[in-house]
Amino acid sequence: MSLVSSQTNAKRRRFLTETARTICGVSLLGLGLGFYTKNASSLATTSLRPPGALTEDDFLAACVRCGLCVRDCPYDILKLADIVDRAATGTPYFEARKIPCEMCEDIPCVKACPTNALDKSLTDIDDARMGLAVLIDQESCLNFQGLRCDVCHRICPLINSAITLEPQHNIRTNKHALFIPVVHSDKCTGCGKCERACVLDEAAIKVLPVALAKGELGRHYRLGWKEKEKAGQSLVTPDAKHEYNLPDGLKYDHAGKGLGKD
Amino acid sequence: MKLTRRSFIKTNAIAATAAAAGITIPGINNAIAKTSSSQIRWDKAPCRFCGTGCSVLVGTKDGRVIATQGDPDAPVNRGLNCIKGYFLSKIMYGKDRLTTPLLRMTDGVYDKEGEFTPISWDQAFDIMAVKWKEALKKKGPTSVGMFGSGQWTVWEGYAASKLFKAGFRSNNLDPNARHCMASAVGAFMRGFGADEPMGCYDDLEHADVFVLWGANMAEMHPILWSRLSDTRLTKEGCEVHVMSTFKHRCFDLADNGMVFTPQTDLAIANYIANYIIQTKSYNKEFVKDHVNFKKTPTDIGYGLRPEHPLEQKKTGTGGKLSGITFEEYKKSVSEYTLEYTSKLSGVPEKNLLALAKVYADPSKKVTSFWTMGFNQHTRGVWVNGLVYNIHLLMGKISEPGNSPFSLTGQPSACGTAREVGTFAHRLPADLVVKNPAHRTFAEKIWKLPEGTIPEKPGYHAVLQNRMLKDGKLNAYWVMCNNNVQAAANFNDETYPGYRNPENFIVVSDPYPTVTAIAGDLILPTAMWTEKEGAYGNAERRTQFWRQQVKAPGESQSDLWQMAEFSKRFTVEEVWPKELIDKKPELRGKTLYEVLFQNGNVDKYPKQQITDSEGNAYDNTEMDHFGFYMQKGLFEEYRLFGTQGPKKGHDLGEFDTYHKARGLRWPVINGKETLWRYREGFDPFVEKGSKVQFYGKKDGRANIIFAPFEPAAESPDKEYDLWLSTGRVLEHWHSGSMTRRVPELYRAFPDAVMFIHPNDAKKRGLRRGMLAKVASRRGEIELRVETRGRNRPPEGLIFVPWFDAGRLINKLTLDATDPLSKETDYKKCAVKVLKV
Repeated sequence: MSLVSSQTNAKRRRFLTETARTICGVSLLGLGLGFYTKNASSLATTSLRPPGALTEDDFLAACVRCGLCVRDCPYDILKLADIVDRAATGTPYFEARKIPCEMCEDIPCVKACPTNALDKSLTDIDDARMGLAVLIDQESCLNFQGLRCDVCHRICPLINSAITLEPQHNIRTNKHALFIPVVHSDKCTGCGKCERACVLDEAAIKVLPVALAKGELGRHYRLGWKEKEKAGQSLVTPDAKHEYNLPDGLKYDHAGKGLGKD
Repeated sequence: MKLTRRSFIKTNAIAATAAAAGITIPGINNAIAKTSSSQIRWDKAPCRFCGTGCSVLVGTKDGRVIATQGDPDAPVNRGLNCIKGYFLSKIMYGKDRLTTPLLRMTDGVYDKEGEFTPISWDQAFDIMAVKWKEALKKKGPTSVGMFGSGQWTVWEGYAASKLFKAGFRSNNLDPNARHCMASAVGAFMRGFGADEPMGCYDDLEHADVFVLWGANMAEMHPILWSRLSDTRLTKEGCEVHVMSTFKHRCFDLADNGMVFTPQTDLAIANYIANYIIQTKSYNKEFVKDHVNFKKTPTDIGYGLRPEHPLEQKKTGTGGKLSGITFEEYKKSVSEYTLEYTSKLSGVPEKNLLALAKVYADPSKKVTSFWTMGFNQHTRGVWVNGLVYNIHLLMGKISEPGNSPFSLTGQPSACGTAREVGTFAHRLPADLVVKNPAHRTFAEKIWKLPEGTIPEKPGYHAVLQNRMLKDGKLNAYWVMCNNNVQAAANFNDETYPGYRNPENFIVVSDPYPTVTAIAGDLILPTAMWTEKEGAYGNAERRTQFWRQQVKAPGESQSDLWQMAEFSKRFTVEEVWPKELIDKKPELRGKTLYEVLFQNGNVDKYPKQQITDSEGNAYDNTEMDHFGFYMQKGLFEEYRLFGTQGPKKGHDLGEFDTYHKARGLRWPVINGKETLWRYREGFDPFVEKGSKVQFYGKKDGRANIIFAPFEPAAESPDKEYDLWLSTGRVLEHWHSGSMTRRVPELYRAFPDAVMFIHPNDAKKRGLRRGMLAKVASRRGEIELRVETRGRNRPPEGLIFVPWFDAGRLINKLTLDATDPLSKETDYKKCAVKVLKV
């Protein structure tokens, strides 16, 4: 009995919302196409373009909305935006939290593209940059608290390359390690597997458009240890041999541990 | 502090915000404690999953577990959990939870080919009793049996032991721990005469060097791994050596990672012993005072059916040890040279040498860990023993940081399966059915006539399935495990046995598992905190919990089910007249009266269970049976440790465990034991003897030589790949709990085959494609994974077994260690084909 009435209620509610939506839709159209066009050219941060997509403006100019990439996606991941989606109508996109890119070796979506909106020079899927994963909420990420989740790391198709786990001492427990997930922008393809798999109610790791996610170091500064690594040696050599006044049995390691036993 | 409704809501809102932000607001702590305790009741319990034994706090509200948190005061995990533990509050609430007994019926009567139909408990026990009595009458006690669990609570295992070994006089009781810890047990008994590790988890902080032999701790013991990692990070000179047949997540931390050809771990361990002797690094004093040298029979077969060609071919049998001299031992290991071992194992010489050196360095404290890579091995007892050999040669044992450490997979493989003796050959506290003095002692404690417990060990796990198929085991009860998904060789051995028309199979489970639906009668079962319980983890820590909530529908605990079923039998129906005549006062009594109303088990009257805060808890069994059954069983069981013939198994009193975050046995005068067999740490070691392996009469441990012998089935031209099976962090065993948690399902939905990219390419396969994997016994289809978390070498694939939709046990071989009877799930030959 209660089931029937709740179903009736649900139907009634749906009717009301749908009517409201239609009214809104009509009035939206009435408000003018200008607003719509502006909105449609801005891609929602949750919507990701297929692999090989040109930068958003170039992509929108090149994409003829043919839907061939969507047709050839073997996992039905890609969708064509319709009028209510926050992507230009008729253009292909996917949402990582719903269904991420499977990173096919042969990249059928790019092959299908007739206009190079999906750049044919992309032949190795690992070079795709659909977005960039960002561990956006360290406060709720379980690994930052010391729990052993690391689901984002293990699900990553480029495990230990696009996402690494950096062990750190857990000061609170004093006997466990924290395994901090770190995303490497030079490797992350933005496939979205990590965001999809994050076990939290709201993902702590999210794939964002690269332009939004990536910071940039001032050009006036270099990270010394990275430059040294790149060069394979110190940029300034040699250093004079250091000698110290020390009691017997002790040594001093200039570049390493400092004072220690001989 | 008095709170109005308004100020209560306000305080709560502030507290919630503060909690979300990870801060505490001074002054409101007391108010939170008082007000929230009236909403959510928090009480401690060990995690339901692995053998690590993390403690959690369980939050209950309105009769439902609504939240958990890692227990910050628990020494094992200090508030942390892995991702399975994070979802504990969801495991009891899967949508398809069973709530009523279900019997296969046609037109209202039992029919092996019928449809599962809801029935009452009375009807369920009626049909069970009919089937049990029929089997007992026709073929005797060996035709009834039970397959139990290392996930049973301590008293459930103990009750099962009593019900089968004494009640039905059948030793056909074996736990799923046969698939997981039997080889470890075998080696403990052979080496030390007493089961379970000498060390404890504190070895994780005290060792300088960790060596992993066939243990993927990064995924299977996640919290222990974070402790090991922390020591590696913070202790100068700490090294981690990892050995496996494929690269897994532990290799990320490895200073010395070694991928070896399956089965050659036997040779590697012998090489290390050889290196230690050749370099004269061994601890002469320790060897002189605390060790005997032995050898074991070789070429002992592979635990297959006797008619199998491999069994026909074998020349040796069993594990009877014979004494040898140190010189003979030295000679035996001398053929395991660096060059030979490197060639055989595929591990470069420099890596093997680095490993040998850390063991041989007297200044380095070494802890070795292993789990299923060693135990699930056709030479599992041997290979466990070979690592003890290394530690014993160096005297690196039974002291902080120097520890050969066998990790357990299940939450109570130690506490229940092993300690209360649910194996087909065991009795509580390391006693065995074969020993007449041990039987007599058990009968005395249980107040039973002498001769009740049969002498002959019962059918072990693998034999149970064979006997079901052969129609010799006919009334069979599977409890707290999912053996149809676990047992090897599903097509040829397991399934035919379950569906054999001669057999009646009862399965107790909270969920309709593969095993449940392969059976004939399903009993809905209370799980985890729906009952009062106790688990014992891998470091000998016994942990208790109170019942937090009522089980759904008509579900009842395993303990309730066994005790209730025992009411259906009088001793006259199950025991011969001569036996009853020895104790005429038992005449006419039911097994329930004999086993559970014996003055021990029913000694503690009904009481209100409360915690230190005064919160009240249910105890369904106490309400039903009218006495504190869990306490009575535990206190009776405890007598085996405190009065039994094997010393060093003492447990504390029942009530102390409800107050403590677990106690590590032996517990003597309220004091726990951290390292066994070492004077000062272990009160059983006699003064002045330094080290005493008192499980053996002469106090000496055995160094047992065992050679390398090949696997039961190796890749050949047709079946050209090794198959190794195992787990993933996200799922627990067969996935019956974790796959019902949507977030865990999403994190790792379906099993895949981890394969080397070259092996995939050679077969025309690409990552993500569906492929067929086949052995001589069966085939399944899986997606190809060439990238993921596990990186097998060429020639080997790895498939996890959690996925009920892709039963990898259709492929695995039921070859076992002939000594431990444990199946080798890590090695068989398969081929991979394009679909």
